[in-house]
Amino acid sequence: MNSVFVYCEITDEGLVADVSLELLSKGRKLANQLRTKLEAVLIGNEKFVSEAKVFEYGVDVLHTATDSRLFPYLTLPHSAILISLFRQEQPEIALFGATSIGRDLAPRIASALKCGLTADCTSLEIGDHTENRTQKEYKNLLYQIRPAFGGNIIATIINPDTRPQMATVREGVMKKEIYNPDYKGVTKSIDVDSIVSDEHFIVEIIERHVEKSKVNIKNAGIIVAGGYGVGSKENFDLLFQLADVLGAQVGASRAAVDAGFVEHERQVGQTGITVRPKLYIACGISGAVQHRAGMDQSAQIISINTDPNAPINNIADYTIIGDVADIIPKMIKYYRSNSK
Amino acid sequence: MSFRIICLAKQVPDTRNVGKDAMKADGTVNRAALPAIFNPEDLHALEQALRIKEMRNDAEVILLTMGPARAAEIIREALYRGADRGYLLTDRKFAGSDTLATSYALSLAIKKLEPFHLVISGRQAIDGDTAQVGPQTAEKLGIPQVTYAEEILSLSDNEIVIKRRLERGIETVKAPLPLAITVHSSAASCRPRVARLLMKYKHARTITELQSEIRDYTELYQNRPYLQIDEWGVEDIHADQQYLGLSGSPTKVKKIENVVFQHKDTLKIQNDQDIENLMKQLIDSHIIG
Repeated sequence: MNSVFVYCEITDEGLVADVSLELLSKGRKLANQLRTKLEAVLIGNEKFVSEAKVFEYGVDVLHTATDSRLFPYLTLPHSAILISLFRQEQPEIALFGATSIGRDLAPRIASALKCGLTADCTSLEIGDHTENRTQKEYKNLLYQIRPAFGGNIIATIINPDTRPQMATVREGVMKKEIYNPDYKGVTKSIDVDSIVSDEHFIVEIIERHVEKSKVNIKNAGIIVAGGYGVGSKENFDLLFQLADVLGAQVGASRAAVDAGFVEHERQVGQTGITVRPKLYIACGISGAVQHRAGMDQSAQIISINTDPNAPINNIADYTIIGDVADIIPKMIKYYRSNSK
Repeated sequence: MSFRIICLAKQVPDTRNVGKDAMKADGTVNRAALPAIFNPEDLHALEQALRIKEMRNDAEVILLTMGPARAAEIIREALYRGADRGYLLTDRKFAGSDTLATSYALSLAIKKLEPFHLVISGRQAIDGDTAQVGPQTAEKLGIPQVTYAEEILSLSDNEIVIKRRLERGIETVKAPLPLAITVHSSAASCRPRVARLLMKYKHARTITELQSEIRDYTELYQNRPYLQIDEWGVEDIHADQQYLGLSGSPTKVKKIENVVFQHKDTLKIQNDQDIENLMKQLIDSHIIG
C-alpha cells in the first residue's frame, strides 16, 4: 500500500504547527494499521525547514521544498509543489490541518487531482466498505467522520475510487505524541525550480500582521465557556470575572462568536478548538453537536442554563438551572468564601 | 467591455435555527422544517461586489447559483439589493454533487460568462462548512484565489489589493485579475433591499416558475426582458455528465447517524445552598482553587 502523507505547516514563529504534529501522530497510527509509511511534506524557507523536527513523530520520509519565496505561505507555489509530488508519489491518504492555510490549499489540490476531500473531520478510522449497488468490496478505506448539517448528524464519508483520500482536521482534535525520540527517517528534497516559476508568485503579500496567540484555551485546565444564551458582550464580562477568579480561560460556542460576543480564537467545537480540561463550565450553551464534539472529553462538566432540557445537560455532571447573570456572581461569592 | 463580477451564492437550510422538528424519526434531516436562506457569507460577498459597482460605472454584478428551482429566490434577493442579473444552474443531473462536482459545474457556467474579472463568493456555506467550492472552482478556472477576504482596499483594471482575515491576524495581498475571492464573515454585512429595486424585480422569474404561475406574464416579459432569470441545465454548460452528481463525486456518504449522546447521571442544582456545596466540593477535590 502507498504511504500516508501529512502536509506540515510552518508557523510565523518558524516552527512546525501543532496541528501538523498532531496529524503526524494520527498519520503514524494509520500507517501502522495499513502497514505502510508515514511521509511528511515541509515547504518553506531554508532555515525553518532545516530546523524542523518531525522524525520523532514516526516520519519515514520527509519531503522538503525550500526557497526564500516559499515562506510565508502562498496558495499557488505550495499547491503546485504538492500537486506535482502527489502525482509522482500517489499517496494513499493525505492529511492537512483545517487552518486558514490547509483550508485554502487542500481544495485546490483535490480539484487538480480530481480526488475527494472531507473538511473538519473529528475522527479518522480505517475500515472496509461494500458498494450496495455493485457489491464491489473495498478494503482499508479511510473513514472520514464529521458532524454535518449544522451538527445534527454525524456523517462517515469515504472516497472509494480516488486517491489520495484527503481530509482536513482542526487543531486539538488529534493528540500530539512523540512516537520514538530516536526514530530514523530519510529526507528527500524536491527540485523546486523544476515546478515553480514566476507565474506562481503573481499574488504578492504586501503586509502581514500575525500575532502570537494570546488565548490558549487548548491547554487550559479549566474553561468557562459561554454561548448565545449569555445574551450580550456585557454579560460575557461575568464569564471573564469567573475565569479570573478560578484561573480559567474563557471559551465560547460558535453562536456566541458569530454574535460578536468574543473573538473567534476562543471558539470551542468542530469548527473551533477541541479541548479536554478537567473542568468545563458551559454557560448559556445549548450544546449543538459541533460544540459537544469539541468538549465532551472534559473530565467534569457544569452546565448553567435556563432551559432544563438543553441538550448539553445530558452530558453535564452538574446542571444549574438559572440565568447566567444570576448564577455566576453566586459562584464567585461561594468560591471566595470557601477557598483556603 | 464591462467589468464583470460573478457572485457565487447558495441557498441553504438555516441550520443555525434548528428546531425540534428538524430531524425525522428515522434520523434524517427534515429539510421542509428548515427555512431556506441566502447563505450568510455569500451575502457578505455580494456586498463586496456591490461596493465595486459603486466605484466603477462599468461594473456589472451577476449572481450565479446552483440548486433546485426554488433557489431562484436568492437571485431575486440579490436583484433587490443591487445585482444586475442572475443565472440559476438547475438540473436533476446535478443532484448529489459533492464539492468537486459542484465546482466543475460552476466553473463551466462561469466560462460561459467570460470574459469576467472577479469570481466572488462566501468563504463557506453553513450547511456543509467545507470552504472548498471557492478554491476548487478557482483551480478549475485556472485562476489564482484570495481566500478569507475582509475588505477590498483598491482596485484597478488589472490589479486588486485585498485585506485577508487569518486565524491570528491579517494579511494584505496584491493580486492580478481575473481572480477568485472568498469572503469572510468579518467583512461588511450586506446592504438591505432597495425599495425601488424590489418594485422593479418583484416579478422576476425563471421559466420554471412562470410555468406554475396562473397569471400570464407574456406581455410583461416582452416589455421588460430583464425580468427573465435564465436557467441553465447540463446541456447549456456543455458538461460531461460523468463529472456531475453522484457519479462525479469522489466522496460518498457511507453512513449517517443521528447524534445520540450518552446520558450522564446529572446532578440538578436547585438552590444557593447547592451552588455553595458544589463550589466546596470542587475546591475539596482540587479541581479548582
